[in-house]
Amino acid sequence: MAGPLLELRNVEARYGPLVALHGVSLTVGEAEVVAVLGANGAGKTTTLRAISGTVRRSGEVLLGGETLGRTPEGVARRRVAHVPEGRGTFVELTVEENLRLGAYARRDRQVAADLERVLGWFPRLRERLGQQAGTLSGGEQQMLALGRALMLSPRLLLLDEPSLGLAPLVVAELFGIVRRLNEEDGLAVLVVEQNASLALAAARRAYVLEAGRVAVEGPSAELREHADVRRSYLGY
Amino acid sequence: MADLAQQIVSGLASGGIYASLALALVLIYRATGVVNFAQGEMAMFTTFVAWTLMEHIAYWPAFALTLVLAFVGGALLELTVIRPVQSAPPLTVVIVTIGLLIGLNGLARRIWGNSPKTLESPFSTDPVRIGGVAFSIQDLGIIGVSLAIVALLWAFFRFTKLGLGLRAAAVNPAESRLVGIRVAWMLALGWGLAAVLGAVAGMMAAPPLGSFDQNLMQPILLYAFAAAVLGGIDSPLGAVVGGLLVGVMVNLVGTYVGFVGADLRLPVALAIILGVLLVRPSGLFGREAVSRV
Amino acid sequence: MIRVALFALAVGVVALLPRVLSDFRASQAALVAIYFVALIGLNVLTGYTGQVSLGHGAFMALGGYATAILVSDQRLELFGHTFSSDLRDIWTLPIAGLVAGLAGLVFGIPALRLTGAYLALATFGIGVALPAVLKKAEVLTGGSTGINLFGQPKLTGLGIETTVLGRHLTYNDWLYYACWTVALIGLVVAWLLLRGRLGRAFRAVRDSPTAATSSGVNLSVAKTAAFGISAAYAGVAGGLYAMQTTFVNPGVFDVTLSIFLVVGVVVGGLGTMWTQVFGAAFIVFLPDVAQAISKQPGVPAIVYSVVLIALMLVLPTGVGGLARRAFAPLTSRLYHQS
Repeated sequence: MAGPLLELRNVEARYGPLVALHGVSLTVGEAEVVAVLGANGAGKTTTLRAISGTVRRSGEVLLGGETLGRTPEGVARRRVAHVPEGRGTFVELTVEENLRLGAYARRDRQVAADLERVLGWFPRLRERLGQQAGTLSGGEQQMLALGRALMLSPRLLLLDEPSLGLAPLVVAELFGIVRRLNEEDGLAVLVVEQNASLALAAARRAYVLEAGRVAVEGPSAELREHADVRRSYLGY
Repeated sequence: MADLAQQIVSGLASGGIYASLALALVLIYRATGVVNFAQGEMAMFTTFVAWTLMEHIAYWPAFALTLVLAFVGGALLELTVIRPVQSAPPLTVVIVTIGLLIGLNGLARRIWGNSPKTLESPFSTDPVRIGGVAFSIQDLGIIGVSLAIVALLWAFFRFTKLGLGLRAAAVNPAESRLVGIRVAWMLALGWGLAAVLGAVAGMMAAPPLGSFDQNLMQPILLYAFAAAVLGGIDSPLGAVVGGLLVGVMVNLVGTYVGFVGADLRLPVALAIILGVLLVRPSGLFGREAVSRV
Repeated sequence: MIRVALFALAVGVVALLPRVLSDFRASQAALVAIYFVALIGLNVLTGYTGQVSLGHGAFMALGGYATAILVSDQRLELFGHTFSSDLRDIWTLPIAGLVAGLAGLVFGIPALRLTGAYLALATFGIGVALPAVLKKAEVLTGGSTGINLFGQPKLTGLGIETTVLGRHLTYNDWLYYACWTVALIGLVVAWLLLRGRLGRAFRAVRDSPTAATSSGVNLSVAKTAAFGISAAYAGVAGGLYAMQTTFVNPGVFDVTLSIFLVVGVVVGGLGTMWTQVFGAAFIVFLPDVAQAISKQPGVPAIVYSVVLIALMLVLPTGVGGLARRAFAPLTSRLYHQS
């Protein structure tokens, strides 16, 4: 299939009277890992929210060449999984219920099989299946959030600040899993990260946002080399 | 001793009714954060509907049909009246439910008039002897039906995908949308199920009274509130346990404490509400923190 | 300045109204004043400190019964002493207010631990259960028959014409002026109370409890005071109510009254004092309007509920919100939080 998997054309988004995105355009190719970087308040999280329909947007968002719906439910049905900032686990429900909820939008019969696969990637979750999600540690909850997203059998994964509040070892494990999914299953990933070096290591391309606009874009390798870019936008 | 046992069973029967209505209240409160003051009148209305149906068809089919109609009615009410004020301040929503309370009462009077009606009971009023003590079959039947509907609902929530979706939507609507749950429909579904519970409560409450009118559910609503508060206003288990406890307590206090008699039963319910709220606001099983600034 | 002129105009209209109205309508207008007083109190509680009370009819009951007991010839036997009062009805009002106000303070203390739905439920329970308690306390309250004020010589002007300031007034007219005078006093007192520190403290409780605490406002005192004040107003209103209907019994102060009060304060507009008169008018006149539309059973209630729900959908901030929008300068709208 020609063309990118995900395409944003001139997307604007606002919170009430406050405009957070001023015409952002980006693409994510099939089986590509793309990072969105930038300082706090640059609009990274808003970009993901605009895609998943959590915030109102104008402009075009295309998935596989077709317009993507504007509601989160519609977006989920098209196999786009959004792992929001703060993980968004259902803390009162059990681990297993959380995972099953991930497959809510699916109507096929592979759900049980997929549950097994996900538990295979996150063995610690298998141990805690019957536990309330709220009793898990931060790292485990992030695994759970990721696992739930994967239960959708998604074509595209939207990851918002996965490293936030987690120990480096856990973060490494997480990104390792993401890379494997990308390489083995062809999962496309759009990841928002504060930790620029981490993101650039995982992604092939990156966009740097500033004040709601795309300031710089390009292959990760280039961005890493470019001292100016690193200093002004990425803080290192 | 035999007398005590009878009073307890009789209290459990009333308690079953309170439990059903309390569960309806808790359901709606958990899903939408709203205290639905119209829950009693919704139940009253469906009881009248049942009365009309039972004039024409047999009891259990009429019962089932009433449940279906109650479900549809409850969902419709949420869609038309509650949905528009979803994001309004809580007091506005309370006023809307109060408006519903007034309107449903009025509508029931307009349709069925003010004269009392009698609702058929599926259970005979004969006594049955268990362990040498005579119990009313009707009491036992009411307990049975109440517990059955509660069990069915529990199974629905625990074992079905839709039930899981409803639970998720109740605790975390934003996240639920991300996994594809149509939260808006879940709200209507919740109101529909609550209406079904209310319908059961009404159909069980009417026959033992002999005759009933539009005021049927008003005291029961207060007992249901007491039950919900006692059990924890966000706990379904609490609603059921609370209902049974309130039923038994009110009956025992009313029977054995002469001062209270039949006149002060409602204040007993009030005393329960106030007592619980002052001593342990989250009730027996509730989790919600009552703010302490 | 325009406001003062409008206010004076309103006072003038109220003063002259009995000339043009029939006795019945005048007594309805007096009822509006009575509810106005109660709503001012409830507004202090709900509109200013954000505490919901669905049982304020109970405080009206306390005031109403206090007045009735003091006015009627009922001899009160307590602890072996016989009390009888020589008070004319109008002088019982401060006592009615005091009794209710104290009850409000007493209730306000445990109420501190409750917020939102919990407080609503607790007060609702009081509103529902009070008639039963009133019925039971026969010795004091006359049980289900209640107390009759009619024919008591201590009721000013009842059946006879009174002379006030040199003018002859029928009981009806006298009551009308008494009610509206009390309402005026009540409005002014509330305005004075609220423009100072107390008012700011109240608003802080509603809008931002944490900020309030950190700026030195004692939340508990503020919330309890609000309860006491609002209950006192309700008590005075209850006393006037007793004088107007000339009898009290448990059915008069049932939960429907409490519900109407909440409806009235929301329609009047939470947080705005003078528009509560519209809330009071709503309570008094809408049932009539509904009745006029149809006398079939239940239809007035249906009309009432439709109007109420429609109002909540279209104008949830009530008349007060409308007034605020009409009079506020355009620039403040950007930051306006309802």
